[in-house]
Amino acid sequence: MIPVILGVTILVFTILYFIPGDPVRMLLGAEPTPAQVLAKRQEMGLNDPYLVRLGRYVGGIILHFDFGKSWIYNTPVTSELLHRFPRTLTIAVICMLMQILIGTPLGIIAAVNRNGWGDRLSMFIAMFGISMPNFWLALMLILFFSVKLGWLPPYGIGGLKYYILPCIANAFPGIATQARQTRSSLLEVIRSDYITTARAKGMSELRILLRHALPNALLPIITIIGNGMGMLLAGTVVIEMIFAIPGVGWYLVGGIGNRDINVVQSSVIFLAIAFTLIMLLVDLAYAFIDPRVKARFAGQKRRKQYA
Amino acid sequence: MLSSATTEGKSKIKRQSEFLVVARRLSQNSSASIGFVVAVFLVVMAIFAPLIAPYSYAKQDLAHTRAAPSAQHIFGTDELGRDVFSRIVWGSRFSLTIGVLAVLIGTAVGMLFGAIAGYFGGVVDDIIMRLMDVLQSIPGILLVITISVVLGPGLFNTLLALSVGGIPMSCRLTRAAVLGVRHQEYLEAATSINASTPRIILRHVLPNSFAPVLVSSTMSIGNVIMMAAMLSFIGLGVQPPTPEWGSMISGGRSLIRTCPWMVTFPGIFIMLTVLALNMFGDGLRDALDPKLKK
Repeated sequence: MIPVILGVTILVFTILYFIPGDPVRMLLGAEPTPAQVLAKRQEMGLNDPYLVRLGRYVGGIILHFDFGKSWIYNTPVTSELLHRFPRTLTIAVICMLMQILIGTPLGIIAAVNRNGWGDRLSMFIAMFGISMPNFWLALMLILFFSVKLGWLPPYGIGGLKYYILPCIANAFPGIATQARQTRSSLLEVIRSDYITTARAKGMSELRILLRHALPNALLPIITIIGNGMGMLLAGTVVIEMIFAIPGVGWYLVGGIGNRDINVVQSSVIFLAIAFTLIMLLVDLAYAFIDPRVKARFAGQKRRKQYA
Repeated sequence: MLSSATTEGKSKIKRQSEFLVVARRLSQNSSASIGFVVAVFLVVMAIFAPLIAPYSYAKQDLAHTRAAPSAQHIFGTDELGRDVFSRIVWGSRFSLTIGVLAVLIGTAVGMLFGAIAGYFGGVVDDIIMRLMDVLQSIPGILLVITISVVLGPGLFNTLLALSVGGIPMSCRLTRAAVLGVRHQEYLEAATSINASTPRIILRHVLPNSFAPVLVSSTMSIGNVIMMAAMLSFIGLGVQPPTPEWGSMISGGRSLIRTCPWMVTFPGIFIMLTVLALNMFGDGLRDALDPKLKK
């Protein structure tokens, strides 16, 4: 967990270290004197060698949770990120809930009615879902619900209704992935012997589904939720840009436009940390859900005690 | 020498028949066939773009800017009077090239790393897999965005950035598959006839652990095309006046109220392409699924 965050930070820092062009010359405008350039570089710490800069940046994040300052506006990035993150998280969490509440039932319906019309219809929808770019879907939703019908605001933030379109656009691919994964892992389980046994005992289909099939099909479904969270967080970048929602993603896009490298770097790392934390929760959920995983961890502990 | 030659000959025959089996299963799958036909259609469109497109992609017609779809311009024209349909036809070249090449590069590199990690195990495995952990904990598109910020815009740079994004996935899959074949007798046999390690990995390990990667790569071409479009949409990636689908959508975005066709049609083509590839990939996965084999 900590090594991964450390690794991500070092990796992103290193990639962006090689960015061509001198940020100082861009900052100081048309004709800076060499002395001005030197002073500014000194002030921003750009004259230090790579390892010193990396150490300072990583140390700042790990020790003080400080991402440094924006190169262009000279404002602290951390407070900006923390101020914006709730909006990004709101979208991501709503999308995740939609993904679970809509995607999973769709997948179940498809698996239970295998090759029936319910299956075909949900998989048809899901196929479109994973094939549609979310930014295009967002624009189409704006076109239809805001421009044509005038029901929902096309952009900005405010009440709950400002979140409806962004969430639909961002969640749609996730819902589709969820439905597909649920269907395929459920189908795999339904072929197992213990399902046949349960049927042979005369158990009702619903009970078989809830008691035997679903719990055993749950692990891949949970994994998809975790991975989907990464997609949702990353998806907010373009969604926030389209709907003008001042979250972390829009901050990142703004940073790209301004060539404000510290903003880009910090936003990416911040989102990656958030993603890592969520994946950690998913791993914990594994242990909670699957007794086999729990037993393995318990077994490891016992083995260590003996060793 | 002789025995190795005959075994190789046999394995070649077997591989071919395997290919035919998969191809036959694919052709029986209707959605995979539709996907394949549409994909071929799009490739043909990309190859013969100059013949199909009624106008040049850069030709401006300032007398007919923002014209709605009509018989002359079936998808309308954009703010500079360029024919949207022609630009879409030309754009298919860029999208398909980027999609296929980026996936090929990413898969090749990922497979190599994955095979090395799985074959050698131990410290090598640990180092490579931890690196992949780190790469994967940056959500896909963010990694691609970061790299293309550094590399700058342009077709080649976009290609490079997108291929890095595909490395972890194929690396993981290959490693898992390699671990599955690692202790098979034919590898022992190869070692015993003194085949070199690179030869064992390239000739014996990789071909036998190819199937899962093939499926995931086919599926990821569509994904990469979407990511490429997204990159040019946020201003990285391929730059105007190149008629890339994503940048066409981005260009039409501010005019969406008055001329929605500038946004709608490129998007439909992205969707169509990705849909076709995904349908084909789905069918391919089913066809290669060992559970269905008799």
